[in-house]
Amino acid sequence: MKNRLIRFSVCALVVAVVASSCAKKLDLFPQNDLTPEKAYSTAAGYKSILAKIYGTLATSGNVGAAGAPDISGGLDEGSQIAFIRMFFNCNELPTDEAVVSWNDQTIKDFHGLKWNSADPFLKGIYARPIYNVTLINEYMRECTDAKLAERGITGADAADIKNSVAEVRFLRAFNYWVMMDLFGKSTFITEEDKPGAVLPKEASRAELFTYIETELKAIEGSMAPARTAEYGRVDQGAAWALLARLYLNAEVYTGTAKNNEAITYANKVITAGYSLHPSYAGLFMADNNKATGELIYAINCDGLKTTGYGNTSFFVHCAAGDDFADYGVSGGWYGYRATSALVNLFEDRTGSTDKRAMFTTSKYGTSDAQLALTDIGDFNTGPHVKKYVNKRSDGGAVSDITGTFADIDFPVFRLSEMYLIYAEAVLRGGSGGDKATAVNYINKIRERAYGTTNRGQINQSDLTLQFVLDERGRELFWEGHRRTDLIRYGQLTSSTYLWPWKGGVASGTAVDAKYNLFPVPASNMVANPNLTQNTGY
Amino acid sequence: MNKILSRLPATIAFTIAFTLCSFGVFAQTVATGKVTDTKTGKGLSGVTVTAKGTRISTQTAADGSYKINVPAGGSTLVFSSIGYTSQELPANAAVTVSMAESAQQLTDVVVVAYGTKKKTDLTGAVTQVNAKDFQKGNINSPEQLLQGKVAGLQVTPGGGSAGSGSRIRIRGGSSLNASNEPLIVIDGVPVESNGVAGNGNLLNTINPNDIESMSVLKDASATALYGSRASNGVIIVTTKKGTRGKVKFAYSSMFNVGQVTKTVNVLNGDEVRSIINEEAAKTGNNTYKNLLGTANTNWQSLIYQDAMGWDNTLSASGAIGNGALPFRISAGYLTQEGILLTDKFNRATAALNLSPKFFDDHLSVNFNLKLSQTKNRFADGWAVSAAANFDPTQQVHDANKYGGYFEWLQSDGKPIGTNGGSSQPNPLSLLKFRNNRSEVNRLIGNIQLDYKLHFLPDLHILVNLGKDHTFGKGDDLRDSLLVTVSPFKGRATHYAQYKDNSIIETSLFYQKDLKSINTKLDVLAGHTYQDFYTNVYNYADYTLNGTEIPGTRPNFVTDKPQNRLESYLGRVNLAVANKYLLTASIRRDASSKFAEQNRVGYFPAFAAAWKLREEFFPTSNAVSEFKLRFGWGITGQQDGIGLYSYLPVYSQSNVAAQYQFGNAFYNFLRPGAYDPDLKWETTTTENIGLDFGFLGNRITGSVEVYRKKTKDLLSVVPVAAGGNFDIQILTNVGNVENKGVEFTLNTIPVKTNKFMWEFGFNVTYNNSRITNLLKQQDPNFKGIETSGISGGTGNNIGRHVVGNAPYTFFVYKQVYDQATGKPIEGLYEDLNRDGIINESDRYLYKKPAPDMLFGINTQFTYGKLTLGLAAHGTIANYMYNNYFSNSGVLRATQNPLNFISNASRNYLDTRFNNNRYLSDYYIENASFLRLDNINLGYNVGRVLNGKANLRLAGSVQNVFVITNYKGLDPEVASNEQVDNNIYPRPRIYSLGINLDF
Repeated sequence: MKNRLIRFSVCALVVAVVASSCAKKLDLFPQNDLTPEKAYSTAAGYKSILAKIYGTLATSGNVGAAGAPDISGGLDEGSQIAFIRMFFNCNELPTDEAVVSWNDQTIKDFHGLKWNSADPFLKGIYARPIYNVTLINEYMRECTDAKLAERGITGADAADIKNSVAEVRFLRAFNYWVMMDLFGKSTFITEEDKPGAVLPKEASRAELFTYIETELKAIEGSMAPARTAEYGRVDQGAAWALLARLYLNAEVYTGTAKNNEAITYANKVITAGYSLHPSYAGLFMADNNKATGELIYAINCDGLKTTGYGNTSFFVHCAAGDDFADYGVSGGWYGYRATSALVNLFEDRTGSTDKRAMFTTSKYGTSDAQLALTDIGDFNTGPHVKKYVNKRSDGGAVSDITGTFADIDFPVFRLSEMYLIYAEAVLRGGSGGDKATAVNYINKIRERAYGTTNRGQINQSDLTLQFVLDERGRELFWEGHRRTDLIRYGQLTSSTYLWPWKGGVASGTAVDAKYNLFPVPASNMVANPNLTQNTGY
Repeated sequence: MNKILSRLPATIAFTIAFTLCSFGVFAQTVATGKVTDTKTGKGLSGVTVTAKGTRISTQTAADGSYKINVPAGGSTLVFSSIGYTSQELPANAAVTVSMAESAQQLTDVVVVAYGTKKKTDLTGAVTQVNAKDFQKGNINSPEQLLQGKVAGLQVTPGGGSAGSGSRIRIRGGSSLNASNEPLIVIDGVPVESNGVAGNGNLLNTINPNDIESMSVLKDASATALYGSRASNGVIIVTTKKGTRGKVKFAYSSMFNVGQVTKTVNVLNGDEVRSIINEEAAKTGNNTYKNLLGTANTNWQSLIYQDAMGWDNTLSASGAIGNGALPFRISAGYLTQEGILLTDKFNRATAALNLSPKFFDDHLSVNFNLKLSQTKNRFADGWAVSAAANFDPTQQVHDANKYGGYFEWLQSDGKPIGTNGGSSQPNPLSLLKFRNNRSEVNRLIGNIQLDYKLHFLPDLHILVNLGKDHTFGKGDDLRDSLLVTVSPFKGRATHYAQYKDNSIIETSLFYQKDLKSINTKLDVLAGHTYQDFYTNVYNYADYTLNGTEIPGTRPNFVTDKPQNRLESYLGRVNLAVANKYLLTASIRRDASSKFAEQNRVGYFPAFAAAWKLREEFFPTSNAVSEFKLRFGWGITGQQDGIGLYSYLPVYSQSNVAAQYQFGNAFYNFLRPGAYDPDLKWETTTTENIGLDFGFLGNRITGSVEVYRKKTKDLLSVVPVAAGGNFDIQILTNVGNVENKGVEFTLNTIPVKTNKFMWEFGFNVTYNNSRITNLLKQQDPNFKGIETSGISGGTGNNIGRHVVGNAPYTFFVYKQVYDQATGKPIEGLYEDLNRDGIINESDRYLYKKPAPDMLFGINTQFTYGKLTLGLAAHGTIANYMYNNYFSNSGVLRATQNPLNFISNASRNYLDTRFNNNRYLSDYYIENASFLRLDNINLGYNVGRVLNGKANLRLAGSVQNVFVITNYKGLDPEVASNEQVDNNIYPRPRIYSLGINLDF
């Protein structure tokens, strides 16, 4: 009896074990990550994806400050895929405004104007805007009326999501503008192109120009009126500002000048109620989110919640050495300085008259000996820039008590650029504006810079194209404009204007005109045969 | 864990009760006699005498005499002893038996996939190493028992840390991005290969003293029954089992002392002073000169200690209940210091095996339970490099608020560093002010019920239920005096994780001797189901006074990754006329790691062997073994990749990655890159082997030739920007080919009554080559960058390039001064002759993996004394000396953050001012020969009035290394072979005793 019982038990066990197999047990899902259906099932989910789309410009990944990069490919998360840092490296390092002492891979090629298509930093900045666009397209595909209805998202939630579509289209246009400006062409995908389906096409510079222009005009009407969006989100002001910048550079981008349009859109911003922030320094401090009068669109950073090694935290550390306390941080990275050419744009380099001349720290001054950039690799040489400072103008405490990450928001568009666009477009023969107004606008900028109307004011005879370029240098240095400006003036690669170590020579030298564009990174050419290389690379 | 443990006693009680209730009672007679050695004529002790068909057995005494109760029905006695040919004789009253030594080894039974085989009947490439042949000395982690013992197997310990794990490679790596580690099966349970929080090397939870044998399955015909996890080979660990004799006890104890033998060569204080002073005189910049101290501190000598260890194991095995319940039970305790101050590893283990049989042996039960608790205190490995780099001109101590150790401080009194913590901490404060400790509890248990059908005894059913449960937790406590955590008031990080893996397996075995066609048939059909479940607990970090540190709160309190594998398997073995052996097998695996349409993979294998000796010279003693084998099979690979890589998923960002709209911050949801078509990586292996034995197996060995072709590599490859949510994804692309030859020879050159010399040698040649990396071929494709190095940002020293070995170094060709032979700084050859030295002048130069591996073992036995030596080595493997390239330059002494560092003495050779990371100067030949150990054993014999047998052993491990490599140690456990100053391997002196009673 006992034996039979055990025998039966064994047989039953065998049967049970075999029967326990069931193919469905192999459908397993992660506990915390969400399938797309779940991610988009609520309005809160949409908001988090929208936050990611904005946040791709402020952070390098999903773990701050680093740890889960958006873009892999063997690139360094902090220095090669973070938007602000790479945008800065591409637009400032090749110019008179910045040099770097480090030996990180090819970073010195930027100031030397001698990069090539194998450059890892370029691989990063090519990938970043396209990555952002990929997210935007995905988001747009999920924002159709049908999908919202199907998910039961209605009322104010649905309206907010519908409005956000115009915002993400602006951001897509902005990302494509970056590609057009840096590379002169781009991998091109829209919400029609689902990931993985076919290899993305390439758009030429002219095609990108038309696309950006058309998109911005198409969304203009559906965006929130200028100065009405909540802080951190874009409204009509941003679309107009990008159009103004696009038109100012239209001749470079397409061969056809569009100065009338530049004036039109600069005017739209200028007359929308923006005003210059009283303190120039305050625009680059930890509480610059108060400068809403002047900031048209800024990328928000926060020392605790929006952290990274490639957002404004980079600005404060990279320029600091053991004078880091002046920058409001707990350590310096001993890296970036300017050249004397930038300093020499100012009539007084000490900052005591034109306060924008921010070249002095407790350790470094602006003596001739200091300005001499004897060795790019020696951080102690050359003028030191102290423009971005992680301190609050009201003296309050910053978010990160360790002094590592900055609260400073990165100004993408601000009013003074619109004044300068207006003036330059007028000088370049654009209609719809006049020189008197242009002088008035420039003097507003200079009044703030000098803190008085007794000094620094200009008259119509002072207002020349070269003056505007120099004023842009003084007003907008280290904000990511210089390369575009020098190209527009034909001064980036030519011998018209030389600065220390231009082309790798201490006294400066002209380089091949191909360096007006960056090459398409070789790895992209391999992965996508639809792409073509720029001339000369 | 607690739940599992509380169930355990019940399980054990049940098993024992189950066993006891089946006892029977028999009538008996007594048989006595003596067993002698045919050759010497002396009595043989320890011979097992069993009454055939019963559980009754005994062992012969020291003089060879025995006495056994024979049941009335029993008429035959079986005499068996390891190394002797078994005999069966009638149970007459006084049987005197003369036993002859059996032919070496070849009668051994070898553990193979889902079963055992006589070694002579093997068709695949399998090498089993038994306990007596294991590496000797102080070994904390079982895989190191195999070091140098098996052709084709490379075991590279991770470093000298107590309890640290190893990199194991069988016949080279077949994968680039997925795992290259072999599958490890312990007593029928494929175990967790990854670490758990608190222990990166789960193998060290097994007490090496409990292991009976380790079987290394190398070719596909041997491994294919493990299907999708078999491409990297399989190691089957079999632990010691109970035997049917009387209860015997064994106690072993080993004490060891480890010493650091070599540290990296750095400058001394005087040299640093003179270099800095010279520089100051040259440049007129006194920044660094003013930082110099007056001391000559040897930091490396301060961080190491003589490390003691004591390892004890007590076991009992035998059978209780009149032989009805064979068992083995053991308990072990190891306490082992590491040579780095504060480094410690403790392990307590318990193992139980019960192997009763029921219903006239129709039901065999095999119950295994292994419990372990390991406790680690991890010394901060940063101290190793910190000691090499710390300024030797500074005193150890300094009056400051950082615990009295000298630290580099800023003018504001805070440590110099880029992120709030010190960039160059004092190595001693790293060790003294950090207590990173963990506790890992593990249970591996299984019960195998093997039931031979009453109505069809040729068929038996095996049910195997197993569990591998591990719970790891720990605390990493950093004191407020520690400069690396400034400005917080110390930092406490807590972690915990458990893994709960289960297996349910049912197999049917059918064996039939088809005498009419002189063929033995052996069929297996089975089903197995495995579940791998992990639960990770996430915690915020706190200061030591209990305040949560901002930005550390986790998004999710737990994460529970899980994957499953369901398989069917089948095998047929045919042995025709004991000359022709055929094996065919297939496994069907379905894995949760892939989408439904790609989930299932079929892994077939086929092998044939021809016993040439039996065919051509069946009676020869000169040729005692001669067998030709051929095997072919397909295996798969799915380890080492994400569990949900095929799924599109959105993941949430952490607190430090949010975006501000208005006054509110919003977490991100980010879509991940994915390939919905992800599937198995598959490897096709062909193997030809020849086993030979000559002169009555005084000379044995084998030659194996193999080729492994892996396709659909699970590779991370570039994809078009905009084509997915990243610029690279994990997908199936690429091919790698491994080809090789293995040769193994074991000989007994001298054998007399008193003296024996055994000598074993194995050598492996392996060639690994990437044959494809792209889905669409592109002539301009330059390969995939790999092998990141320290120094600068984002620098890589290696490349995967088609036609070359994986991880081949990609460097500039250094130009040397013709007169002095020294490298000229920054001068490289313009290889493409375009007048510019740039990226296009880098070239592929040497590879990390060795061409050849070899192992040598020898043992001399003279009477009761044995002397053994074991060595292993590699040939033609190259290393990137990252320590030299990073620290062997002038720039290394003068850190831009305004502190002084020490430099490698390599600076005196090159006199380089700046780092020249990508120069081929730093690629060095790292071929080596290491004498792993010298061991001396003395069998004292009977002690304590003949009640016990005592053996003494002493050994020296890591005796010496012969190499031209200029770094610390030519053995670095990584694919990339980038040497960044490893934790030095100690030389270990051990003394041990073994007492059997």
